[in-house]
Amino acid sequence: MVATVADLSLIEQARVIAGRDLVRERRRGEVAWVIVPFGAIAMMLIPLGIGIDTPTLRRIGPGLFWVVVLLFGVLVTVRRTAADGPAERALLLRFGVDPVAELWGRTAAHVVLLLVFQVVVGLVTVVLYDVDVSRWPVVAILLPLIALGLALLGTITGGVAAATGGSNLVPFLVAPLAIPLLLAATESIDGSTTTRGILGWLLLIVLVDTILAVAGVLTARPLQEIT
Amino acid sequence: MTITPPVVELAGVTVRRGVSIVLRNVDLSIQPGEIVGLFGGNGAGKTTLLEVLATSLRPTSGNAAVLGTDLRGERRLEVRRRIGLIGHSPALYPELSLRENLVVACRLTGAPDDRIDDVLAIVGLGGVAGRRGRECSYGMQRRTEFARELLLAPELLLMDEPHSALDVAASGLVEHLAADVTARSGAAVLVSHDRERVEKISDRSVELVGGTIGGGGDGG
Repeated sequence: MVATVADLSLIEQARVIAGRDLVRERRRGEVAWVIVPFGAIAMMLIPLGIGIDTPTLRRIGPGLFWVVVLLFGVLVTVRRTAADGPAERALLLRFGVDPVAELWGRTAAHVVLLLVFQVVVGLVTVVLYDVDVSRWPVVAILLPLIALGLALLGTITGGVAAATGGSNLVPFLVAPLAIPLLLAATESIDGSTTTRGILGWLLLIVLVDTILAVAGVLTARPLQEIT
Repeated sequence: MTITPPVVELAGVTVRRGVSIVLRNVDLSIQPGEIVGLFGGNGAGKTTLLEVLATSLRPTSGNAAVLGTDLRGERRLEVRRRIGLIGHSPALYPELSLRENLVVACRLTGAPDDRIDDVLAIVGLGGVAGRRGRECSYGMQRRTEFARELLLAPELLLMDEPHSALDVAASGLVEHLAADVTARSGAAVLVSHDRERVEKISDRSVELVGGTIGGGGDGG
């Protein structure tokens, strides 16, 4: 027998999958031309819809930003994961890709997409809601942590939906774990201007991210078997 | 004297889907260098048998080994890279070009990618390598899959209806690919309803009837 393949590290496989997903997404344009504009429009429509004054907008702006990030962010990741058909999923089986590498590769691509989404919607929030930008160091820490949590959440639930054919289950799977992220993100922003501090909330986000990472690693192989 | 193990060794393999028994006590042995034609009517269990051989479906009972690896064990992931599969529907990333599809295949498997242009020329796609998967006809996508398997050099090649969508000029690719595998002491299994064409290139025929091996072959 001729052995023509070399052993690839999990990191190398994950890197190739992340690159593949980003190229595919760039060419589809779904995130850039549909989801990001809709997220920005949602942030624009809310003040028009409820007609509130500038001080109130300034107060509720950060909270609305995180709600939009959470809802649209999960949508991005779930759709990207569940969008692959049986033939595309079979390809990764054919290539002998480690399911854990697939999890991290997809998650890495989702983190990049979510960061783009967060930055665009964040700029809209700053401009329209007159949000205090002095708290940017806190936001700079929060954005990647929340992006990682939502990326893992969407990748796992998208994988469950693809494996079980039960995409209608996704909201029920997403909600319980997304709520702590939303709560912690909002409270971190509030806490950064008070004496309460933000450390506890940041630790909660790190804890949720860690739980999701462990859950993702533990479920990756069984989900691939079901698929 | 070195004894070469069989590429495929199935003994009493049974597969249930719900309450239905799709494969029943299938015994099949395929030796290195063999090309096997697998035939049978609709619902005979051909595709299910391919799924078992491709390690994407675990048998409900029985012993199954491919390339010396027990398919019930955890080493199935490792053997998958050594099994080529051309399924019923072309499996390509539609947003990527034909060439990029092959690059991804090589990078994910660790196969060398310096022959991509050569194999694209062999399958007649040298001039359209930059075209995206979604812009290509079914036949062109099929040819790209052939190119992929030439690059990945599997030791067991499984093909489901390999001649479908191929024009006359391209139909020789099936034989080329099967010969490429057997020249490396691998084996090929060709599932088809086109018995005449497949029997011309296969060493042996196996007939599946109602989930069991019968008809023209003894299965091993």
